[in-house]
Amino acid sequence: MFGLNQKDGQLILIIAILVFLAPFLLNPFPVESELAQFNAGYPDLMQRFIIFGIFAIGFNILFGLTGYLSFGHAAFLGVGSYSAVWMFKLLSMNIIPAVILAVLVSGVFALVIGYISLRRSGIYFSILTLAFAQMSFALAYSVLTPITGGETGLQLALDDPRILGQQITEQGNIPVPSLFGLEMRDSMDVVIGPWLFTFNVGYYVCAIIMMISFYIAVRIFRSPFGMMLRAIKSNQQRVNYTGLYSRPYMLAAFVVSGMYAGLAGGLMAAMDPLAGAERMFWTASGEVVLMTILGGAGTLIGPVLGAGMIKYMENIISKINETILHEWFRWMPDGIEDLVVTLIYPFIGKGWHLTLGIIFMVVVIFLPGGLVEGGQRIMRLFRRRSKSRNTTNSSDTFDSAS
Amino acid sequence: MGILEVKNVRKRFGGLQALSNVNLSVTENSVHAIIGPNGAGKSTLLNCFVGKLIPDSGSVMFDGQSVLGRAPHEINQMGISRVFQTPEIFGDLSVMENMMIPCFAKRDGAFEFNAVSAISSQKDIIEQAEQVLEDMNMVNKRHMHASALSRGDKRRLEIGMCLSQEPRLLLLDEPTAGMARADTNNTIDLLKEIRDKRNITIAIIEHDMHVVFSLAERITVLAQGAPLVEDTPENIKGHPKVREAYLGETV
Repeated sequence: MFGLNQKDGQLILIIAILVFLAPFLLNPFPVESELAQFNAGYPDLMQRFIIFGIFAIGFNILFGLTGYLSFGHAAFLGVGSYSAVWMFKLLSMNIIPAVILAVLVSGVFALVIGYISLRRSGIYFSILTLAFAQMSFALAYSVLTPITGGETGLQLALDDPRILGQQITEQGNIPVPSLFGLEMRDSMDVVIGPWLFTFNVGYYVCAIIMMISFYIAVRIFRSPFGMMLRAIKSNQQRVNYTGLYSRPYMLAAFVVSGMYAGLAGGLMAAMDPLAGAERMFWTASGEVVLMTILGGAGTLIGPVLGAGMIKYMENIISKINETILHEWFRWMPDGIEDLVVTLIYPFIGKGWHLTLGIIFMVVVIFLPGGLVEGGQRIMRLFRRRSKSRNTTNSSDTFDSAS
Repeated sequence: MGILEVKNVRKRFGGLQALSNVNLSVTENSVHAIIGPNGAGKSTLLNCFVGKLIPDSGSVMFDGQSVLGRAPHEINQMGISRVFQTPEIFGDLSVMENMMIPCFAKRDGAFEFNAVSAISSQKDIIEQAEQVLEDMNMVNKRHMHASALSRGDKRRLEIGMCLSQEPRLLLLDEPTAGMARADTNNTIDLLKEIRDKRNITIAIIEHDMHVVFSLAERITVLAQGAPLVEDTPENIKGHPKVREAYLGETV
């Protein structure tokens, strides 16, 4: 199917189903229940899952395949956002030209930064990319204020030309990003019993784009180009002495992953039409590294899982406060309740970074392959169990299962 | 005129004259061994052939073209493949993938952005890689991680990778270094088979005299950065100057 082998085809199909049913899956708790705060099925967060998923998929093409750790990928995200907003200001509020320009501009940007940074490898490469990203961040804040809006960020205004689209809506407002009239912020609420599910246009547009980008990433992983990148990660010396010029391969991977970041940035602006320099800050670059490693660098689905997990924690765990904790442990005797709340308190709310840090350490130490490796281990455990059960019945099934 | 012509090559590292005026000619379709005591400049010389080092003066011509100043991948594309002292393979990749990569390099050149087609659709490459695996007797290990192979099999794989490019000149840098006797003998047999069955020139640097004398048709002895003698194995064996330089014996 579409040039994929059966296993990859199944993987894409499963992800597509999960992504399209996400408004249901992420809202498992009734609105009125105490657990409703664990619901992640609201448009803003779901869009972020998808957008950061795209960002991480792209980052994984560079880091997962070639092993070159870029610490400046947020620069491409920022460039993508600025490009998209400029398209909204100058051309129209249609997201298609905005996203296309975001991808192209960040690709050119990645070509320049990659060309220079890839002269070095290892830690020096990381430092060079970090330096470039921080330079972009500083420039966006200061010298480039006419283009980037400086501290306030780049925002839409009523007097923007928008030569191909509507300049001002009939009500006198700034128009909102749309796809041929389909507004990104439009949502449809469905109430089923005590449950509420929200279906957002922007989310589904992002989801379709993510499925396309994921499909492209799978094709890259399975292509000769992807194999060359893995070869470079494994032994660059042998690559060169096998008659392959490694640098253009690296540069191509760098540009492709920069374009993914630009796409993510463009979509961010498409969901919420403003762009700020803080998107280029080094912590944003670090975040995508965490996502990729947490999920499993070099695996297909890992980065998406990592992105989802981190964004979920950032938005959900950070919402829990002391009052909620007391509510939960009300059934305990007073003294113990206070003790338990005091013990848990540092890990929630603003302390969600602490929880993330602990999870990250545990994953890196015990599951070097990330969440994907964890999943694989569980699968193997189940398979072994069912296998040993089968072997007691007949020895033939053993061979067919393995 | 040999396929590899080395003329007046000199190389100095700081105060050390690693190579002083090396002249060497490797005849096409022969096995030429370069031997010499530690520090004689054997590896330096080999590195000058493959673009890792550039000599201070002199010329290195391969098939009438200079290799000096060219990058390793360009020299490889000219038809020189190199086997390293410690096997340089793609440890994270499977044996089959290891074998396919040089096949791609041979077919598509130094850079080809082929991100569209699937590897499994590259029938000609798969066939070619399988053929070499068969020649190397490694078909049953095709799905193994290359890093899990034994030392002897790693060497076998590396030689296979070089052969799959059908090079005109195969350079071997101490191919049996650090190997057990059985592995050494297997490697010798493999190299003999390559010598006899393929149209290929082999230049080999070796410490182990057993390997050299069972393979080489021509031997150059290097000592202190300069060729001492060049002759057939029979004559080298009894040569007094060689015994002196190599074994430290005064005859």
